[in-house]
Amino acid sequence: MTAPSTIAADDGSAPVRFDLVAALKDSLKAGAIAFGLSIPILAFKTEQSGGDIFLRPRWGLVAVFVAIIFGVRLLQHAFHATKAYRLATPDAHQATEFVHAEPSAFQKVSRFGIPFFLGIAISFPFLIYLIQGGLDQSRYWVDLGILILTYVMLGWGLNIVVGLAGLLDLGYVAFYAVGAYSYALLSTTFGLSFWVCLPLAGILAAFWGIILGFPVLRLRGDYLAIVTLAFGEIVRLVLINWTDLTNGGAGISSIPRATFFGLPFSSGEDGFAAFFGIEYHGMQRMIFLYYLILALALLTNFVTMRLRKLPVGRAWEALREDEIACRSLGINTTNTKLTAFAIGAMFGGFAGSFFAVRQGFVSPESFNFLESAIILAIVVLGGMGSQIGVAIGAVVLVGGPEILRNLGFLSAVFGESFDPNEYRLLLFGMGMVAMMVWRPRGLISERQPSVFLKESKAISSSHVKEGHG
Amino acid sequence: MRWLKDPILDVQHLTMRFGGLVAINDLSFMAGRGDITALIGPNGAGKTTVFNCITGFYKPTEGMIALRKPDGSHMLLERLPGFSINWKAKVARTFQNIRLFSGMTVLENLLVAQHNSLMIASGFTFLGVLGIGGYRKAEREAIERATYWLEKIDLIDRADDPAGDLPYGAQRRLEIARAMCTDPLLLCLDEPAAGLNPRESLLLNELLLSIRKDHGTSILLIEHDMSVVMEISDHVVVLDYGTKISDGTPSEIRNDPRVIAAYLGVADEEIEQVEAEIGA
Repeated sequence: MTAPSTIAADDGSAPVRFDLVAALKDSLKAGAIAFGLSIPILAFKTEQSGGDIFLRPRWGLVAVFVAIIFGVRLLQHAFHATKAYRLATPDAHQATEFVHAEPSAFQKVSRFGIPFFLGIAISFPFLIYLIQGGLDQSRYWVDLGILILTYVMLGWGLNIVVGLAGLLDLGYVAFYAVGAYSYALLSTTFGLSFWVCLPLAGILAAFWGIILGFPVLRLRGDYLAIVTLAFGEIVRLVLINWTDLTNGGAGISSIPRATFFGLPFSSGEDGFAAFFGIEYHGMQRMIFLYYLILALALLTNFVTMRLRKLPVGRAWEALREDEIACRSLGINTTNTKLTAFAIGAMFGGFAGSFFAVRQGFVSPESFNFLESAIILAIVVLGGMGSQIGVAIGAVVLVGGPEILRNLGFLSAVFGESFDPNEYRLLLFGMGMVAMMVWRPRGLISERQPSVFLKESKAISSSHVKEGHG
Repeated sequence: MRWLKDPILDVQHLTMRFGGLVAINDLSFMAGRGDITALIGPNGAGKTTVFNCITGFYKPTEGMIALRKPDGSHMLLERLPGFSINWKAKVARTFQNIRLFSGMTVLENLLVAQHNSLMIASGFTFLGVLGIGGYRKAEREAIERATYWLEKIDLIDRADDPAGDLPYGAQRRLEIARAMCTDPLLLCLDEPAAGLNPRESLLLNELLLSIRKDHGTSILLIEHDMSVVMEISDHVVVLDYGTKISDGTPSEIRNDPRVIAAYLGVADEEIEQVEAEIGA
């Protein structure tokens, strides 16, 4: 006797993986409908020339449109067929033996991903130099790398507050501003060097983190978000209006550039190039900045990973899971929240002073709410609490829009005036919606335990809480 | 009445009002050192409110809650900030609706419970980040202590699983183990047997008795399951409408007409008779 479940598979109608002909037919049908619809809508454009109006045909656009519909429909068929096939074919291991858990997304990414990403990050300037074939040509890319790494660092800093401690902070950019203005003011007023100002900026930002932390300790969720949002705006408005100190909206310019431990990147006798006996090039400073922010970002990561394994890190995560239980276990929740705010703010301050030294100019306009929103989006999209997820989030959200700059060929299709850059926020929003549908807990949502007895197993996001404010 | 001779917990004239509602009304009782004291009463009697006052989640409107340490000194719990009640006064508790850190592993749950001692070992994080000081050793010891408790509650095989994955009974046991990892003098359990099957509740009895025997921890528990209460407790305090209606050994409680009246109610025709009996 065969078991009933196997009969269906034996009756000759073995599930077909993908019926290409039928899919093509249907896709062609969809394409034809799209063609029919686009004739009245897309195919002609009215143009005015003097007093006359005449029609300009746009068959190229129609062709692209129809091709997109055709392709999407075909992909949709392929997707559904594969899914149906997978459901129809029973797995040999199904329910007969212990289910061996698939390695989680994190484990898959981390095994190859972390050395890979680190390698790419370290060798990035050289790779770009080789690809672009010259220092001058690689300027744009190194600059982009610096920008992305700045956001990686900010994301990692905010991850401490939002991802680990579960405190929703919408005003993180305030600490970035504190760090930037600390360096700008200390260096222009007192002539302190970058390496002295960097820790000072971190300390000042941490101090402001605690100042923000105190009043909001009792708040949760939406209320916390609103107050932190307000804090971010207050800092920006103070920077605009306290003209005596900050020079207001005009900002602070001619901030001293970074030096290589005292050696300026200049063409002069006492410059970096002359000291090492190499030819001077403007890119030397850029590459130095790149490695500086890489080192700062890795420091952030190292400290965060370290903190996660220390009692304070576990207390943060416990606080995110259940604050009341924390109190019953003798954890001082006030201090724990304040340390999260302070340490997160400190890294924001480091990143801020790096921003000031890179730009040589700071103004309040760099620290608006959109920055906070982007940093928060990086953390949420990457996966709260996951370091590698946040790094990926930063690359996608900051690097992704840059791709749009390099899509010039699209203007051949959509007309000369088409600028893909203008669709940046639209794509950004669509990406967000797609993420919320398919991976609502971020790209890497699993949590890695901070300690294990026998085997470290990733914890599914269904158990991990987001925190309540 | 041995609990009057050497009480670990001395509650006097405890009153808790929420606006116009009097949740606890002038409650005084003592819990003996090394005893298992049960706090029972019908739903809404104010048992959990008493717990919340003892463990610092509520500040009582009136009254005094004194914890007497073995060396004779005492601490007034109503004056301590919430987190100090566990750390300084050594009172641990569990919750009626289980409050585990469900996204953390079983082992991590037990390490979070040892937060304060580990915090000191890590030099309040400063030394720990730099990797100096005895944090590694302290963490190893903390894991050993966690392992001890995991073996005791029979969850050692699931140490690396998320706490949220455990079945209900195991979560209850884990919550008790987590409270015990804080090394308490007094363990307050809020309905530890709720939702357990008879076998599990038998195991719970054994666990509680062994906690008292091996660790000298006094236990104060709220329970509806009379098999647990009558089996293991040395002393029972009965609350009804925020007032203490009876206080004594389990056998005394069992035969107290007030307790029976509070739990079972009284038929209309018997009211006068019962009132005469209990002197109301």
